Amino acid sequence: MALLSKKDRGLIMDPLADNNPITIQVLGICSALAITAQLKASIVMAVSVLFVLSVGNVVISLMRNIIPSKIRIIVQLVVVAALVIIVDQVLKAFAYELSKTLSVFVGLIITNCIIMGRFEAFALGNGPYRSFLDGIGNAAGYGAILIIVGFSRELLGSGTLLGFKVLGDPIEKTGLYAIGYENNGFMLLSPMALIVVGIIIWVQRSRNKTLIEEN
Amino acid sequence: MGLKEKLHGIKEDFKGKKMAPAFNALHTFLYTPNETTHNGSHIRAVDDLKRTMNTVIMALVPVLIWGIFNAGYQHYAAVDAANGVIREASLFGNFFTWDNFTMGAITVLPLVIVSYAVGLAVEFVFAVIKGHEVEEGYLVTGMLVPLIVPVDIPLWMLAVAVIFGVVIGKEVFGGTGMNILNPALTIRAFLFFAYPTWMSGDKVWVHGAKEAVGTPDAISGETILGSYAQNSSVVYDFTDKFFGFIPGSVGETSTFLILLGGLFLMFTKIASWRIILSAIVGAAAMGLIFNGVVDAGWITESSKFYGLMSTPYWEHLIIGGIAFGIVYMATDPVSGAQTNTGKYWYGFLIGFISIMIRVFNPAYPEGVFLAILLMNVFAPTIDHYVVQANVKKRMKRLKLKTA
Repeated sequence: MALLSKKDRGLIMDPLADNNPITIQVLGICSALAITAQLKASIVMAVSVLFVLSVGNVVISLMRNIIPSKIRIIVQLVVVAALVIIVDQVLKAFAYELSKTLSVFVGLIITNCIIMGRFEAFALGNGPYRSFLDGIGNAAGYGAILIIVGFSRELLGSGTLLGFKVLGDPIEKTGLYAIGYENNGFMLLSPMALIVVGIIIWVQRSRNKTLIEEN
Repeated sequence: MGLKEKLHGIKEDFKGKKMAPAFNALHTFLYTPNETTHNGSHIRAVDDLKRTMNTVIMALVPVLIWGIFNAGYQHYAAVDAANGVIREASLFGNFFTWDNFTMGAITVLPLVIVSYAVGLAVEFVFAVIKGHEVEEGYLVTGMLVPLIVPVDIPLWMLAVAVIFGVVIGKEVFGGTGMNILNPALTIRAFLFFAYPTWMSGDKVWVHGAKEAVGTPDAISGETILGSYAQNSSVVYDFTDKFFGFIPGSVGETSTFLILLGGLFLMFTKIASWRIILSAIVGAAAMGLIFNGVVDAGWITESSKFYGLMSTPYWEHLIIGGIAFGIVYMATDPVSGAQTNTGKYWYGFLIGFISIMIRVFNPAYPEGVFLAILLMNVFAPTIDHYVVQANVKKRMKRLKLKTA
């Protein structure tokens, strides 16, 4: 006996792989580039979006029959803004340093295209339970990429993971034959996040040829 | 049956197999393939991709040899200077010596070998995976890379950067001829942003300078641009700067040899004289503007830009990497502008922006590679507007005729 029906499982599994919000739909790129220099920040961002998207999807789905379609964007914004403020306050109360690192990007969850996209595309037309699963799935797909990017950027850029030292000290000896580890400063800059996301897209598309668009 | 026929026979055996591109690459490197054009009439000329690449490499060889001697010379000169002995550069007296050559060879040749080995390995891997022929694009890149890095860059960093540059700078766009950015400059940009302490500052340009920091044998390895950026005086005179008895990246120091290489490339029509000329004009224009600002008294000697702004405009052309960048990098036929009018704009802006970055951004005392990469990105846009302007002009003419 499966926990979820096949259709429901698709709601969660699809965004993780072949319909990933970042690598396939190319949504939510800005936060993926901006806050992934540290793994911790990526995880917190992923969890925040998971919360906002799943709860928001349920709320919108419950209200879907009473929202006048002309003002639905505003209603969606109010819901998402309320949820983001909750997240922001919680972060400020319990993880102040981290909330300073994330700074404006917590607030910018409101404008994360994935969230409005799922509200529009899914929650407005489906029941609360399925919307909830869809929210979880898409946020997990977003979070997975964020964590992969954050992992590689923190590991190669600072030599740490979640703040703990993993890779060796910078090389002291110099010269051509110097062997040793040196942190890659480029990894800490946003362009490298774009390149890492690009490499993920590249790998994904070469594994699954159906994703390549005709042109 | 001669060797040539035998090789063609082996080629037939390899046909359709995974290793075919690898064999063909080595084969055609030495021999002309026995294949002819299949259909249609085409103009056949001898200047194929391989010959073009080899001509550029020929133009680079004098620069490389100079770089080898200079790496040794700068090391011993800096050691002398640290001991209080002032050296007067003389070509045959203390430059072309065996000491300099051996010291230079053990520092520079490993860079060349690593650059070629890693880069060609990446090319081979991609050719075998994708099943296309190995392209010669890396021949020039592999030679350029060791010439635009400091002598003391650790080899593994160079290897990492070469892999990045060839894969991200070229292969993801579809290989040789499809790249938006110049791969050699992509490699340098990667090194610069990834390992800034190994790519800039006053300790990386002379072999052994970084190692000796803090010891009684400490030597200085400041480049001219670095000194100017800190408003300090420079001990090198015009001859040193022009002929290249100065510290810097391996191959960029001798403006004279670069000029000769540039003339050779222009004569063989490999490099576009339009780009080279307009880039020089652009750099001189920006230099003149800065000199004018200084002459007008708008900035004072206390300004941190004073040192580089007051550098005479012609001197900007012979120090730093601008000459090397203009002659060997900006003229890259793939990533540069394609139209003749576009080439003037493209070159002019490269020169103009290079000097601007050089003066205004003390963190990047050399702006040439950033300027060329930037203009690489804009080259298609420039071409687009040139073509559109031409279309518009001809449409107008057509209207006049029919009206």
